Amino acid sequence: MSPLDSDIAHLLAGSMVLLSFLLLYQDRMFALLNVFAFHAFALAGSVAWQAFEQRAPHLFITALIALLFKGVVIPVALRRIVVRLGIHRTIDTVVSIGPTMLFGIALVGLSIVVMLPVTQAEGAFVREDLAFALSVVLLGFLMMVTRRNAVSQVIGFMSLENGLVLAASGARGMPLVVEISVGFSVLIAFIVIGIFLFRIRERFDTVDLQALDMSRGES
Amino acid sequence: MSYSDWLIQLAQTALVLGLAPLLSGVTRKIRARLLRRQGPSILQPYRDLLKLIRKEAVVAENASWLFRAAPYLIFATTWVAAALVPTFASGLPLGAVADLIVIVALLGTARFLLALAGLDVGTSFGGLGSSREMLFASLAEPAMLMAVFTLSLFAGSTQLSSISAYMLGPGAGVDISLALALVALIIVSIGENARIPVDNPATHLELTMVHEAMILEYSGRHLAVLEAAAAVKLLLYLSLIACVFTPWGTAVAGAGVLAYLIGLLAWAIKLAVLGFLLVLFETAIAKMRVFRVPEFLGIALMLGLLATILLFVSKVSR
Amino acid sequence: MGQLALIGLLCTPALGAVLLAAIPRYRLAAALNMTLCALTLSCAAALYRHRPQPSLYLLVDDLNTVFLFVGALVGFSTSVFSAGYIAHELQTRRLKARDLRFYHAMYQLLMFAMNLALVSNNIGLMWVAIELATLTTVMMVGIYRTNAALEAAWKYFILGSVGIALALFGTILVYLAAQEHLGQGMVAMAWDRLTVSSASFDPSLLNLSFVFLLLGYGTKVGLVPVHAWLPDAHAEGPTPISAVLSGLLLNVALFALLRFKLIIAGNPHVLAPGPMMVTMGFTSLLFAGFMLYRRRDIKRMFAYSSIEHMGIITLAFGLGGPIASFAGLLHMTMHSLTKSAIFFGVGYISQLEGTQRTADIRGLTHSQPLLGWLLVLGVVAIAGLPPFGIFTSEFLLVTSTFARSPWLAILLVTGLLIAFSALALRLHGLAFGDTDRRHLLPAWRLAPMTLHLLLVAAAGVYLPAPVVAWFRHVASQLG
Repeated sequence: MSPLDSDIAHLLAGSMVLLSFLLLYQDRMFALLNVFAFHAFALAGSVAWQAFEQRAPHLFITALIALLFKGVVIPVALRRIVVRLGIHRTIDTVVSIGPTMLFGIALVGLSIVVMLPVTQAEGAFVREDLAFALSVVLLGFLMMVTRRNAVSQVIGFMSLENGLVLAASGARGMPLVVEISVGFSVLIAFIVIGIFLFRIRERFDTVDLQALDMSRGES
Repeated sequence: MSYSDWLIQLAQTALVLGLAPLLSGVTRKIRARLLRRQGPSILQPYRDLLKLIRKEAVVAENASWLFRAAPYLIFATTWVAAALVPTFASGLPLGAVADLIVIVALLGTARFLLALAGLDVGTSFGGLGSSREMLFASLAEPAMLMAVFTLSLFAGSTQLSSISAYMLGPGAGVDISLALALVALIIVSIGENARIPVDNPATHLELTMVHEAMILEYSGRHLAVLEAAAAVKLLLYLSLIACVFTPWGTAVAGAGVLAYLIGLLAWAIKLAVLGFLLVLFETAIAKMRVFRVPEFLGIALMLGLLATILLFVSKVSR
Repeated sequence: MGQLALIGLLCTPALGAVLLAAIPRYRLAAALNMTLCALTLSCAAALYRHRPQPSLYLLVDDLNTVFLFVGALVGFSTSVFSAGYIAHELQTRRLKARDLRFYHAMYQLLMFAMNLALVSNNIGLMWVAIELATLTTVMMVGIYRTNAALEAAWKYFILGSVGIALALFGTILVYLAAQEHLGQGMVAMAWDRLTVSSASFDPSLLNLSFVFLLLGYGTKVGLVPVHAWLPDAHAEGPTPISAVLSGLLLNVALFALLRFKLIIAGNPHVLAPGPMMVTMGFTSLLFAGFMLYRRRDIKRMFAYSSIEHMGIITLAFGLGGPIASFAGLLHMTMHSLTKSAIFFGVGYISQLEGTQRTADIRGLTHSQPLLGWLLVLGVVAIAGLPPFGIFTSEFLLVTSTFARSPWLAILLVTGLLIAFSALALRLHGLAFGDTDRRHLLPAWRLAPMTLHLLLVAAAGVYLPAPVVAWFRHVASQLG
């Protein structure tokens, strides 16, 4: 593989990490949706590049799903939901943005420290991909934990899932990647429909079990 | 080190000072045009400086010697820092000390002196400006250093000439770390030069001002020197970005008159483009609340960190 | 014959789901639901004797036949219980006829997903099946559309998705470790190949993958600290779903964990997966034991009891060795039967009393003698008193732990006692005391509950030799 090829892979996967950070930084709903669309585009580019490099045409399907479904359909649908529910100005964060970002950096560091020694036997391509994928997954978690709003939580989940697809496409010759990405898309479609039908505005705080018990008539 | 190299170095040092007011004049003109105003002439900064120099300097009763000395020291450190950045020619005699860390340190000294001067008279505005400046600096300086660190990891040196030589060479490719370092550097430049959205040099609104608050007590020639230092600083940052990320056309020392002329032209074009982009960005965006500025600068720090981490991954995994 | 049974096992519920989605009449649908479950059960029973040839996708071996049979049995009796339960829900208008069509289709889809997860010989396929099972249960948990139900479904969904995402990452890592030796493609995802050749895999990759898998599938098992969805999902969904969740879905997730444990344990250079499982299991046991004291909602209380028992089972399998694994297997079977029986009882009780608050329910043995006493028996069984099967398995586990690490055994007994006294305390208020209410239920509706409790009691008194031999064989495979 020429240096330019691996530079492009690095660029695409690295920009996914960067976009995950931007997702953490956003405090406006529409901006969040736009950044997520870019996240999906970066994923599509990355997977398509993998498909090209590995000579694995089926991965192009995954890339296409990422591009059309997650890059266009989902953001548009969520935008309409946000307008309908009138929540475009509110993103409640549990922790303020500064500490969240620092924690995010720590998570990226952690995933690199964990992944790189473990994958010594693999090629540079796979190692980088997996390290970035784990970072994206962990940042997605962080976003889900630090946001109260259902829509931004879903976006956190989807960015997490983008990281998983990145990892799966990076693992050489892994079967079922396309099926898994289709499965995830179905899952996400269900979530989005669920939010829309049931008008779920707030996340139900999983951190504070006490409050939950109160609402359930316990104690 | 030949005689002519020193000459070029001197010319560059003089040029940096001479052109700095022109650059601020041009940016103000473009900004005015973008806002559909006529705007002052691009030579207006020169006139302002001359007028200020001729005026009497009023100094507060309780001001110490520091208050009087600070403008000159700030001006000197900024000018030296600006002279170190290769503009139209690289590899000049002072290039040996043209280390990015030296430049950051010189600018840090200037900032320190400015903050002290702001505190010296004991007015509330000065203190407010100084404290805000220091708060921002605590984020902007590490961010700048992280960007420097990333660049030096690429080039294997913190010397500006080596970095720009590396960027011209075949080793530099499409790399996200470079892009991140660039964005971090741009954010730091915006913050350091008190541009919108961090600060607005054109207002004296106590809720938002930072830089203006510190120099509020200055007048006459002191103010002129400080204004000149600010203009030089803007030129410095733009040249720095141009020198690292768009090193094309820069002449190498001893290359001959034609090469120098081409270098000069290239430098002028780069400055014009960067200045235009800066102003475009400024007009497109609204001023931030002061309390959000640390977040904005925090992004630069984060990007710098991220650039280093990503670079680390790609170095280790190969 | 074996091939046929396998096809029947998968196709009956899959086709049944399509069929039930089309049938509007709920009586017919409920009857059909029962029939389909009975068919599935017979297929699962047939698989015990006749094993089809394993392929790259499907595999029937000693381990999953246990899970298959227990699952199909609980699935069948729950469908019987559900027929009575939903008739009442329809009368009280908590559910509409349209909801029931959806409900029945989802029930069969859940059965399909669980059977597929159990018989899959492919770590990717299994992951997909468990995701499908989660999705169907989410739908059913939210079926009442009340705020609390939607909240519970949402929470389950989010936490379940996070768990499933972690599990996928672990799966990818296992594949990555395997493809170096087995070559790219489906081969490197097949259980049987992975288990045989895991000794030569990269140990550090396997280590990392197991952490992800334990947290990921552990979420589904309901292990502390990733259990938060479980009590809500149990409390807010229809009671048949609570029974299926506790009796089946938790087991399927545990089964996945066991499969991966076998792969990891085949490599001598990795960290032993046992201690991690013991730690998580023990934490769950203790945490749930203490949480049992504070419950005011009867279904939530038994949901916490499920966490406690899944903790015990995980601990047993983590401990390993022939006796502990045997105890784990037995405990899992007994817990599935007992807990689903309890939920059958609780479902009727909450319908008759019109509340799930324990404070408002009293004197069940007076108001509804048969149901009340069956519930007492069920709670006695789940608390681990003789002569029920759970006593046997807990006794085996405690003795084998004593032989190996006495301190752990003391902690284990403490945990068991804490949970036991909490249940005893609650039971007293529920079952005894004065009440002027009288309810009557048709006796057939109590048949599934009685059957389960009889089985559990029988297992406690006498375990038939073939069952012992079967479990012992599986336990020896589990190591």
